[in-house]
This record gives sequence, structure tokens and C-alpha cells, in this order.
Amino acid sequence: MPQLLLELFSEEIPARMQAQAAKDLERMAREHLAAAGFLPEALKTFAGPRRLTLVAEGLPLAQADRKEELKGPRVGAPPQAMEGFLRKAGLTQDQLVERDGVYMAFIEKKGRPTPEIVAEMVEAIVRGFPWPKSMIWGTKKLRWVRPLKRILCVLDREVVPFAIEGIPSGDVTEGHRFMGEAKPFVAKDFDEYAAGLEAHYVVLDVEERKERILEGCKTLCFARHLELVEDQGLLEEVAGLAEWPTPVLGDMDPVFLSLPPEVIRTSMRTHQKYFAVRKAGETGLAPHFITIANIQAADGGAVIAAGNAKVLSSRLSDARFFWDEDVKVGFEPWLEKLNGVTFHAKLGTMAQRVERIVALAGEIAPLVGADVAKTKEAARLAKADLASQMVGEFPELQGIMGGYYARQFGLDAEVAAAIEGHYKPQGPSDAVPTAPVSIAVALADKLDTLVGFFAIDEKPTGSKDPYALRRAALGVIRIILENNLRLSLAKFGKDDLIAFFADRLKVTLRDQGKRHDLVDAVFALGDDDLARIVARVEALDGFLKTDDGKNLLAGYKRASNILKAEEKKGALPVGAPEAPTADSDAEVGLYNALRLLDKPLKEALAQEDFTGAMTQLAELRGPVDAYLDGVFVNEPEHRDNRLKTLAAVRDAMGQVADFGLIGG
Amino acid sequence: MSREKPKSFQSLILTLHNYWAEQGCVILQPHDVEVGAGTLHPATVLRALGPKPWNAAYVQPSRRPGDGRYGENPNRLQHYYQYQVILKPNPENMQDLYLGSLEAIGLDLRTHDIRFVEDDWENPTVGAWGLGWEVWCDGMEVSQYTYFQQVGGLDVSPVAGELTYGLERLAMYVFGVDNVYDLPFNDPDSALGATTYGDVFLENERQQSEANFHGYDVSVLKQQFEQMEAQVPLMLARSYQGKALVLPAYDMVLKASHLFNLMNARGAIAVAERASYIGRIRDLCKMCASAWVEQQEAA
Repeated sequence: MPQLLLELFSEEIPARMQAQAAKDLERMAREHLAAAGFLPEALKTFAGPRRLTLVAEGLPLAQADRKEELKGPRVGAPPQAMEGFLRKAGLTQDQLVERDGVYMAFIEKKGRPTPEIVAEMVEAIVRGFPWPKSMIWGTKKLRWVRPLKRILCVLDREVVPFAIEGIPSGDVTEGHRFMGEAKPFVAKDFDEYAAGLEAHYVVLDVEERKERILEGCKTLCFARHLELVEDQGLLEEVAGLAEWPTPVLGDMDPVFLSLPPEVIRTSMRTHQKYFAVRKAGETGLAPHFITIANIQAADGGAVIAAGNAKVLSSRLSDARFFWDEDVKVGFEPWLEKLNGVTFHAKLGTMAQRVERIVALAGEIAPLVGADVAKTKEAARLAKADLASQMVGEFPELQGIMGGYYARQFGLDAEVAAAIEGHYKPQGPSDAVPTAPVSIAVALADKLDTLVGFFAIDEKPTGSKDPYALRRAALGVIRIILENNLRLSLAKFGKDDLIAFFADRLKVTLRDQGKRHDLVDAVFALGDDDLARIVARVEALDGFLKTDDGKNLLAGYKRASNILKAEEKKGALPVGAPEAPTADSDAEVGLYNALRLLDKPLKEALAQEDFTGAMTQLAELRGPVDAYLDGVFVNEPEHRDNRLKTLAAVRDAMGQVADFGLIGG
Repeated sequence: MSREKPKSFQSLILTLHNYWAEQGCVILQPHDVEVGAGTLHPATVLRALGPKPWNAAYVQPSRRPGDGRYGENPNRLQHYYQYQVILKPNPENMQDLYLGSLEAIGLDLRTHDIRFVEDDWENPTVGAWGLGWEVWCDGMEVSQYTYFQQVGGLDVSPVAGELTYGLERLAMYVFGVDNVYDLPFNDPDSALGATTYGDVFLENERQQSEANFHGYDVSVLKQQFEQMEAQVPLMLARSYQGKALVLPAYDMVLKASHLFNLMNARGAIAVAERASYIGRIRDLCKMCASAWVEQQEAA
């Protein structure tokens, strides 16, 4: 079956857009082909620095002929309806067939040749491609991510003829800009194309480029007894910056090793896109780097290594300059500068924010066992490094530099650690602070953000969360849970913020595989102590996995259904049930079980022994089952007391969770 | 075409002039008002707008008062040169032309690692943006390459392609010099004696740095800024032969922009004020851009 090969060849596509572009190309092509009735046997797309490529196997050369049945007007319908129908169908009335009092049209649709469909598809894809940012160039009106130079489009080894804004389709593409012949070549199918690219020094598949980079790096490292500091994000990026990725090892002046390793790595990664290396088996950095060139240079890369080393030196000299200047200045003048930095128009300056964080951290400190004075000092200094030159140059080092400078100035170690760690956790894989002072400042930082933006009604909506409030809330949740802190959140925020936390906690617990209905059942109790909520959810989860749990839940549902049904007839009786007067073992049994349950259940809950509380509840299972099976609630002289008994079951269980919100 | 590899800063400039002249560009001289970047020359900002083709290359001295280091930093200057090329509409082979210019100044493209790294350029003070790249040679940014999409808040159509080479940095790389002041300005073997970049500019960097950071009177700068700002609409309201005086008005925008940079270097502009000053300059620039396009389309 014929194969379709499409390549959209352009000037350099931003690395960060390539992976998504390959996905979009695949999706759009599949949709178009499916709409034409084609289901390719295989379809694969590729993206690289200068090309998007699609290959689809197993397309027919034409669509199958199709018969369509169209239902027309009823016999005797007004003539306008008939005229309209005939116009739409492109038929005359004598071509219609009458069936069951309705005119029917049978239209034979000739299948169209595939090249026609492909030409339309490519045009639609090119004109509708969802680049995050696109541009026009020259005198064209066409938009693409950068100028589109060539379109290679062959079906079954034949060019599919079309042109888009003066760019004709063809069977020609180009390889590497500088290596090899650096001349265009013809490719009539995917095998020729792949072989041609290889011969012209282009690695088509990004996965292969990544492998080539890692392999190359490891080979270079091995020879020098070094280890690559792996960096997945960087690998993805550099794999989009070179068609013939070629790792080159360069040397760094060892004097720069006195800079904080984070500074060296950040400079290497963000400015130069270099990999860092360390001595095999050691933790610190080694005075070398690996750059991923796009060329296997004639001289083996000596010039490239030397040039890059020079650039890195000048970058690190700048960093050294910033460090030297910064340590001459210090925290107090930086804090002064924060008066001139607006945090948010409605939330004042950064200096005002610092004041709030200090106050909040001071309140939190005793709750988490932190020294109040140290906590307030750390909070006061936490944002100062924003005014340092180093953080001005490398914003991602905020906090980290504050920590370094604090140690440099001989500040207390706990204070320094709290400054350094107060932005943590910055993502799901980032660790949370564990030292009390650090915890207090990290919580205060996030709570101030949340309280502030909630107060000015800048809450996240849908996919929009410009102030990363979800991340902040998640940070608070993780710090609390992972340190098992006992805090009442209501102290720090109003109902809407508490609800926001509840929501985030639900997401977190759901991500950990906890049933969301259990989370709801516990939240319904109105608790605002996250650690307690989680402990309850966990105990409940365990309980409902036991037979007792499952049956008791079923019993609860039956009891509450009866209560609901009776409630419709009039208000339910209130008050505790009295000792049963009827001679019924089941009634006496449940009455006694409830009485015996009350005290130990309350004690277990008071001690937050939720597993113990569940064990107590389990005692109800037998009596409740017997009661529901053997007692007729609506006996007139016993109705009140029996409803009170059921309500007592519901209320007892309700102290643990709202079982009514738990699914069967 | 074989050329001798340039040996000095000035021959690097001459090589680029020759190269772009051979491609058919008009070789211009610098604009005579202080600017922060070669882009701000009216030959780029204004000529990028409107329907008429325009191909030019020039050197533009650029002033960044805040970057002064009293001549003590090996690669930071408050006054330096940019080489600027503007091609409108951008030719199909603009990337190849650009790479040809690198070969012309002696870079062997099979030995060096040339990369086009995404960089979306924007200049908020003139309401301009475009898509393109930083061009890296062995990890060093040697040029900025941009397809202008908007200037002065107006769409650029046809699209103008802009190339900006940081001349000092490029020269330091090509000549293997680590300190800008050691760059050979003329042929180091010249019979008339060698002159370095430092011989020409070191004292200027020292004096200008002191003036930028401590010398200028902030209240005078502020006053002058406001005067320039007030003059722009007045100048645009005046016309000669039926045309508003866009070109003089634009010079005043440039002056206002430079005065802003000086105030900024003096630390006289609070962070919160910055955006508002930039907005004021952009508004002036937009007024000029609109008037210019009107004249271009009428002509």
C-alpha cells in the first residue's frame, strides 16, 4: 500500500516548541485522514531544528466510491421544501425515489484521488498549525514559526502537486547546513529520506539525538574519569538545537570552583546550555563542561572547545564580579532597596511584604517549635537577596544566594538555612524544609502570598493561575503533612482560602490513590487541621476495606434511608433513645452497643486514634445488622424511640466521617 | 570570493561594509543623535515601516549609560558599536547572506559551531518586536537576527529582516583578544604605528562613566526629558510641503530616550516609575511611526 511522506522544512524552530509540534502534526494529519475515510496502517511524526516530518504507511491511492442516502421531503410537502432539497442534493425530481411516503435521493459519490486529499490536508495543516508564536516574513501573508522554505510531499514515490503561498511541493530536501555536501537532495520515500538525511549529517529522530548526546557525553567523561551531571530538561533542549549533535568537552578555569556550585551550574545551563561534570565518585563539580555542538568540526572540536571555554570564563567572571560586589553590600542595604520594588500594585512593596511575612512567621514559630527570634530574623532577611546583583542576573538562584550570603556574613546557621529554603518546595519533586525555623518561614512566605491574593480577589480560575497560588497551597500542604505539623488553618485565612486548601488537599490525596469520596466524607466534618484530616482518611480507607467496614457502611445507608423517608412525613423525634420496652434481643443489643460505644469512641477520637475509633465502630456492625433485619421501625408505639435509635447510629458514625458521602 | 581575513577592528568594519555593499545595501553612516542601540537609527525604526523596499547597513555607536565600568571591565562598555543591517522585504536567502558575512570576516563554518538559538526580540520603548534568534558561534552570541513583526505598535509589512552584530565582542572573538581595550583598532603592523581600542576609548569610558553615575544633574535631565516630550507633538503638528515633521520629531524621541537612560543610570528612576517612563517614550514613538507610515503610503 502506498506511503505518504511529508516534510515541512524551515529556518530554525525553537527547541522548546519541537516536541509539541510533532504531536500537533500527528493529530492534525490523523484527523484529516480520518475525515477522508483513511485509516493509515502506521503514522509517525518527527521534529527537529529545521524540519517537521510525517510518514504514513498504507494509504489507498483513492477514496472508495460511496453511496449516500438522503432523506427528502414527504410526498405532498410544499414545493419550496422540494426545491430546497433538490438544490442541496444537486438532483432533479425524477431522480428521486419514493419510499414510505418520503422522497429519497441515492447519490453515488465517486471516491476522490488521494493526492487531492493530501494536498488539501497539507494546506489546512500549514495554515492552521497551532504554533505558540508565529510570524510572517518577506512579502508573504503565510504564518509559520520561522520562514517555511520547502515542502516535500510524495505519495507512492510521486510528488503530490500543490503550492502554498508560492512554496511549491516537491521531492527535494536539505541536510546539514555545513557538513557533507551541504546540497539539496531528492527523496521519494521514507527510506530514501532517512538514508539521505543520515548521509547529509542529520539525525531525524529526537530520541536518537538524545541517545547520541548521552552516549557521546559518557564516552568523553569516561576517558577523563569524569561523570556527567545529568539534566533531563537540558538534554531535551539541546536535542532540539542540533541536527548532528556532537558533544565537545571543554575546560573551565579551576579558580571558578570557589563560586557556589549552583552559580556555576546555572550559568552553564541557562546561559550556555552546557552540561556540568564531576569527578567520578565525587559530589562537587569538576573544572570542565560539555557543550553540544551541531557539527563534527574539521579540527576535532578544538576551536569549539576553546571558544566555549572563553565564553564560560567571561560568564563566570561576571558571576564572580556579582559575588564580590554583593558581599561588599550586604543584607541591610538590600532590604532598603526592597522599598522601591513593587510586589503587586494592590499588595504594596516587597518591603511591606517582608513585614507581613515577619509577623506571620513570628506567629507560626511557636506552633512548629521554632525559636521566635531566629524565625523573625530569617523572615526579615529572606527576600533581601532579590536586590543582590547575582539574583538580578540569575533569578532562579533566589533564596539559594541568600543562604550563601548569610553564611558568608556569619549569620546563624538556622537563619541561613531558613533563608535558603524558604521558597521550597518549588515543585512536586522538590524536598520540603524540615528544620523548625525553615518551616516557619517557608509557611509564612506562602501563606502571605495566598492570603494577599485571595484578599484582592486574584484567585486562580480554570487554567489561569498567574501567581502560582495552587503551587503555594500545595507547598503549605506538603510542609504540614510531611512534617506532621498540627495547625489550624482557619487562623490564617478566611473560608474561601480554607476551601481552596481543602480542594488542593483533595487533589493531593487523589493523586496518592485515596478515594475522593472518602476525602469528601472527612472534609464534611469541617476540620481545618490537615494532618488530622489525612489521618482520618487513611483510617477510614483501611476500615472500609474490612468486612465490618463494608457491612457497617451498608447498614448506615439503610438506616439513613429509613430516616430520610420518615423525615418526609414530618420532623424526626429528637433526643437520645431510651431503653427499649419491647422484648427484642435486637433492640436491646443495639441499645447496649450504642451505650457501650459512646465513651471509648469519644476517647479514641480525642486521642486522634482514628484506627481505634474505627475498631470501636466495628462493634456496631453485628447489632446494626440484627436490628435492621429484625426490627420493624414503624410500629406505632415504638416508632419514636426506634427512629431515635437509628439517628443515634448515624450520629455516632458521623463523629468519624460523613458516611453518607461515601459511595457504595 | 576570497578575501583577506581582517586584522583590526576597523578592517572588520570595512569587511562588513564591503560585504553588504556587494549584496546591494546602501552603506550609511551613524545617526548623529545618541541612541541605545543600532535599531533606533531612523534608517531602521522608520524605514522598517511602510511599503517601500529598503536595504541598508551601517555602524551605530550605541550608548548604555548604566553599563559603564570606568574602563575596568574587559567587556562592558557604556559606549560601543553595533553593526546593523536592515533588509526589507527580507530576501529568501537572508540566512545564507548572513552566514556569508561571517565567512567574510574569517570564520570557517566547518570549524566553528554556529547555532540559531530562539530569541524573541522586543524593544518596549519603541513598541517593536520580532521573532528570530541569537546567533551563537562556539557558544558566544555574535549577532541578533530578527524578522520585525511590529514597530511603533504598527505591523511591519512587508517584513524587514534585521541583523545586529556586537562589533567589539565579535572582534574580540575573531582576534582572540580577552580585553576589549587590547583590540587592535588599526593594522597592528601599520607603518604609522599600532593603535588599540583602549588608545581611542579608554579615557572616554572613564570620564563618561563618572558622568553617567555621578555627574549629570538629575533635575536638569528630568526637565530636558519633559521638554523633549512636549516638543514631539508640536513638531508633528507642524508641516512642510504638506508633510508633518516626522524626522525632527523622531530625533526628539531619541533624545528623550537617551535622557531616560541617563536618569536610569543615575538611579533616579524608581522601579515603579520605570514602566511609566517607557510607556511615555513608546507613545511618542508611536505618534512618529503613524505619521511616517501615512507619508509613506501617500507617496
